[in-house]
Amino acid sequence: MAQLNASLRPAPAPPPEPIPVTLNVNGVERTLHLAPWTTLLDALRLHLDLTGTKKGCDHGQCGACTVLVDGRRINACLTLAAMQDGRKVTTIEGLTTGDSLHPLQEAFIEHDAFQCGYCTPGQICSAAGLIAEGKATTDDEIRELMSGNLCRCGAYPNIVAAIRQAMAIAGPKAEGAP
Amino acid sequence: MIAIPSIPGFLKEPNGPIGKPVNRVDGRKKVTGDAHYAAEFTLPDLAHGFIVSSAIARGRITRIDTAAALALPGVIHVFTHENRPSLAWFDRKWKDDDAPKGAPFRPLYDAEIHHALQPVALVIAESFELARYAARLVHIEYEAAPHQTDLRANRANSFTPGKDKGGFQPPPKPRGNPEQAFLDSPVQVDSEFTQAAEYHNPMEMHATTVLHHDDGTLTVHDKTQGAQNCHTYVCNVFGLAKSAVRVMSPFVGGAFGSGLRPQHQLFMAMLAATQLKRSVRVELSRPQMFSFGHRPETIQRVALGADRDGTLRALIHEAVQESSQHENYVEVVVNWSGQQYACDNVRLDYTLTRLDVHTPLDQRAPGAATGVPALEIAMDELAVKLGMDPLELRLKNYAETDPNTGNPFSSKELRACFRHGAERFGWARRNPAPRSMREGRELIGWGMAAGVWDAMQGQAAAKAVLGVDGKLVVSSATADIGTGTYTVMTQIAADGLGLPVEEVTFCLGDSSLPTAPIEGGSWTVSTVGSAVKAVCDRVRSQLVTLAGKLDDSPLKGVAEEDILFADGHLIVRDDRSRRLSITDVMRGSGTLSIEEEARALPYLLARARHTFATHSAVFVEVRVDEDLGTIRVARVVSAIAAGRIINPKTARSQIQGAVVWGIGMGLEEEAFTDHRLGRVMNHDYAEYHVPVNADVPEIDVLFVEEHDDMVNALGAKGVGEIGIVGVPAAIANAIHHATGVRVRDFPITLDKVLAGLR
Amino acid sequence: MRSFTYARAGSAADAVGRAGATGMAFVAGGTNLLDLMKADVLRPEGLVDISRLPLDRIEETADGGLRLGALARNADTAYDDRVQTRYPMLSMAILAGASAQLRNMATNGGNLLQRTRCYYFYDTATPCNKREPGSGCGAIGGVNRIHAILGASDRCIAVHPSDLCVALAALDAVVQVTGPEGERSIPFAEFHRLPGDRPEIDTTLQPGDLVTSIDLPAKGFAEHSTYLKIRDRASYAFALVSVAAGLEMDGGTVREARLALGGVAHKPWRDPEAEAALVGKPATPDSFRAAARVLLRDAKGHEHNSFKIDLAERAIVRALTDAAERKGAPRP
Ligand SMILES: Cc1cc2nc3c(=O)[nH]c(=O)nc-3n(C[C@H](O)[C@H](O)[C@H](O)COP(=O)(O)OP(=O)(O)OC[C@H]3O[C@@H](n4cnc5c(N)ncnc54)[C@H](O)[C@@H]3O)c2cc1C
Ligand code: SF4
Ligand code: FES
Ligand code: FES
Repeated sequence: MAQLNASLRPAPAPPPEPIPVTLNVNGVERTLHLAPWTTLLDALRLHLDLTGTKKGCDHGQCGACTVLVDGRRINACLTLAAMQDGRKVTTIEGLTTGDSLHPLQEAFIEHDAFQCGYCTPGQICSAAGLIAEGKATTDDEIRELMSGNLCRCGAYPNIVAAIRQAMAIAGPKAEGAP
Repeated sequence: MIAIPSIPGFLKEPNGPIGKPVNRVDGRKKVTGDAHYAAEFTLPDLAHGFIVSSAIARGRITRIDTAAALALPGVIHVFTHENRPSLAWFDRKWKDDDAPKGAPFRPLYDAEIHHALQPVALVIAESFELARYAARLVHIEYEAAPHQTDLRANRANSFTPGKDKGGFQPPPKPRGNPEQAFLDSPVQVDSEFTQAAEYHNPMEMHATTVLHHDDGTLTVHDKTQGAQNCHTYVCNVFGLAKSAVRVMSPFVGGAFGSGLRPQHQLFMAMLAATQLKRSVRVELSRPQMFSFGHRPETIQRVALGADRDGTLRALIHEAVQESSQHENYVEVVVNWSGQQYACDNVRLDYTLTRLDVHTPLDQRAPGAATGVPALEIAMDELAVKLGMDPLELRLKNYAETDPNTGNPFSSKELRACFRHGAERFGWARRNPAPRSMREGRELIGWGMAAGVWDAMQGQAAAKAVLGVDGKLVVSSATADIGTGTYTVMTQIAADGLGLPVEEVTFCLGDSSLPTAPIEGGSWTVSTVGSAVKAVCDRVRSQLVTLAGKLDDSPLKGVAEEDILFADGHLIVRDDRSRRLSITDVMRGSGTLSIEEEARALPYLLARARHTFATHSAVFVEVRVDEDLGTIRVARVVSAIAAGRIINPKTARSQIQGAVVWGIGMGLEEEAFTDHRLGRVMNHDYAEYHVPVNADVPEIDVLFVEEHDDMVNALGAKGVGEIGIVGVPAAIANAIHHATGVRVRDFPITLDKVLAGLR
Repeated sequence: MRSFTYARAGSAADAVGRAGATGMAFVAGGTNLLDLMKADVLRPEGLVDISRLPLDRIEETADGGLRLGALARNADTAYDDRVQTRYPMLSMAILAGASAQLRNMATNGGNLLQRTRCYYFYDTATPCNKREPGSGCGAIGGVNRIHAILGASDRCIAVHPSDLCVALAALDAVVQVTGPEGERSIPFAEFHRLPGDRPEIDTTLQPGDLVTSIDLPAKGFAEHSTYLKIRDRASYAFALVSVAAGLEMDGGTVREARLALGGVAHKPWRDPEAEAALVGKPATPDSFRAAARVLLRDAKGHEHNSFKIDLAERAIVRALTDAAERKGAPRP
């Protein structure tokens, strides 16, 4: 049983060739040459040096990698950069305008809605998506629809409070993405 | 250099930043993505590592074939035990500040496999994806040997450990005649408890980036709770000069204990960087986060004997825990029971069983989070048998002094926790009968428990540099793993010199800064905060001296204790019109900057004669679906006595977070081991459940007044762990109150409740 | 993740053509396939990206039903007004699954074809007949809290993890497929298979088959239906047991019943006998329990999952009770 996937396999395929991928990231058009196996998350973190988007599991199980693609929140770790070719990607870095913070960012600071900060960019992008979706009106609905973002530090009550505050500013149906 | 500890008349300026709900000073960085964690530093020559994990739990590697991996263009090297360089020989070189007794694990040391998921090879490639791909092509053959991973099956082979780890105290000797007293007690409870193994699982997976500079020096960005701990470790293991390496951890994406010891990704990245002479990053995968350190599985027995009026006559608490074959990981599980309640006949036993697992590791409130809930459930069982209110029972047996040592507590406001917590929760309205409250299909239960944790202090140093512009930079090599260290230290420093917090910068997470111990055990405010205060006191004295020497100084001849520091000014306490700004003092005296360094020590004498502890009372409402057994925590009140609270905002977050941990421990977290394979099977975030947002209700935190002038110069005890301690028990007790079902096996999943409801 | 080629399909025919070659796989949302590729469980040599094919619409069908595009996102399906009003149990089921982010990515077709979450399937160092035929089943005699109580074999006791599919099974959906051999319609009950001695095969699809849509018949049980999911935490967890229930009521009497279970078998579990046992009966806990017992008559537990038998019975009673009481309206 020790070695089940013993390699009675033919010589392994060479690494895949890079292909051009164009992404509009935070309003800037970026063309990259990426092997198809590069996820959107790794493209952002490793190729565009946008490390604000976090990797907490790489398997869709934590939400730390949440970004907005064409305004909708998704897990950047479970999509290939090539699959998002031509799309608009908004990351945490894109939520600030100049020096001024997005209302969610302000609210997260005010309500101490984070501790280590590692889940925070994902929480904030997810909350922006949530507000844009307009499906949550009560605290329980915020809790349910934010459950795709783990916070191991356990900042949940403050996260809910921060979103509630930002939602009041934005109005329930307002655009979350800038 | 050593500041004489002064018994604090402490806060010289009652209106300073200490005690204010200051927003996190690193908040902006964290909400904008500008806080950089260990895997987020780079240089152009960066290579990526991927670790290959053992497929078996015990045995040896008989063959490693790396040819297929190495054949891929872009794969640089595969490190294995066969080709690793020779490294430090003696075990002591591999020890770290949190190492228990024994021989530390050495990655890639030899062909032996000691535990499942043991790192057995490191692939280095030009890209992350390529390293991961190549890692799949490393072909390894094993010769498996029989392994033991089942604590229950092996508990007969347990032994009593000694003082095998820093901070560990073996249980005190038995007092009185516990066995006889138990038999003689008219009311008895005798229960067994189990606690599943848990994994820390901070959100940031462990990672290390080693930046290799042109001059051969290394900057190591590591996920750690102690930059200096890792610095010493890598210098010792790799035989490097201290000056050639700098370990940095300015931001740490949670740790909860997982960063107390240098973990193997650090070793791996260092190995590759030193051998290949280039920059290297190694990041673990989420499954690999189950390859080191965990809260050990524990089996406990608590037997309580009491008189009919609730007076405790006998208390017996036994615990057996797992450790690895090569180290004696120990934590204080049972001692708390001898400390929490007044009882004349007490026996506390703690034993270890060696299993073929990696060494367990301190996890949030290690020992207390395991042991205290067992005691607190047993107390609830006793209250039920006595027909007594559980809170009354605790008050009845309240320990005014520490029964384990006979020493007084430096301060103990647990009574106030009970009172204020109960009031806030509405405990007085509780009908004691189980199943007496319901709403629709939900049975409602109210439970409570008490908690305790040490208020420790270590030694630390801090440096302060005050510029002529009135800006203050204070530094110490501690960490902020989400605990708010940056903010709290900034407040303490700002307070010390009467500066607005905006004028103060605190630096940490850098091995080159003044010495600080690993950040754990809730001792950082006490330890590092005292050093920060001490160094600021020195700067303060300097300023007073300089101010007194200025021509026409309004402060001339005024004694230091008669001078206030506020709003960036030195002010005569009794005549506030006599004042000088800090910048004027410095400019006037031609001082460009004042630099001071100071070290703070615990008040050893006071420590020898007192018990220092934080306390809590936690009240929980659960709702249990009477048909389906599903449990949700609907309400939590946590009342905390932890001395002075430096920042109520961040402290409240610490408690809330710990309550969430308690919910996870009570209801969800459990590593499932397949004992045939000796392997944890649910090694990811999808199947190892931690609480999600929808699991967590409003959490009401209250800090009771607690004045302590012995604990340290700040009167603050630290709040990182105390919040979790009583929570699992309060949940279990509430479930019993809701349903009449008593579950003593954590986590309490719905099947365990259903089994009782049937 | 191993080396693979990537191509975007220009049309359904193009997709089918490309996927005919060995080692090729469609990628839609990617949420299951890429996960398993990273875990080295699946090792396709090439991906055919179908995510931009125009199969993402939700349309009326001639017989009064709805056609759910295979590439419509789970979230868009769940929040579609027609789905919410006419098939509330479907909307509830989708919203009970995964997370908001994943539902924004996951497609309906991909959801049908997601693989089991069995721990052993995911861990290549352990035996698993589904991943590596003939290697043995790690879960039997191992850790099997999340495993099947119905329809399992001595080769595999895995469950299908989907929520959406449980509702589709209850609704008698039809899966539309286009493949190398042309177009086909597969009744939902025949889409997934039991493990038997070929646990490596989950469905009756053939290589190169592309799911183009899922058709819902007109009858949606909107008046009396629900989806109940029981799991180990409040959200973002797979079902221990889930129940899709739809009733047609005649006053207090059941006229027609649909009952499908998730988390208990290798496919969404329906049992005609259990449904028949409800017809003509009063909508009471007793008759619901009787039907549950029919459905669970052959249920068999393992070391860690025997509780599911009792839980499933309770869940069925609860779901049918809720459905009868018109608790079918999904949360917005
Ligand atoms: C952490 C996590 C939690 C989850 N929780 C739940 C849950 O609670 N309930 C639940 O139901 N699901 C859950 N999911 C699963 C999720 O719903 C599925 O991963 C998703 O539905 C798959 O859809 P996709 O479009 O992303 O598929 P892909 O990953 O793109 O594809 C999956 C498979 O389907 C094939 N495929 C895709 N589309 C077609 C097509 N049109 N024709 C033929 N073959 C096709 C692919 O080749 C592949 O084999 C969870 C997933 C994750 C990662
Ligand atoms: S239950 Fe099925 S999927 Fe799981 S180990 Fe057994 S064969 Fe593999
Ligand atoms: S990193 Fe993408 S969900 Fe965890
Ligand atoms: S703030 Fe640390 S994980 Fe959320």
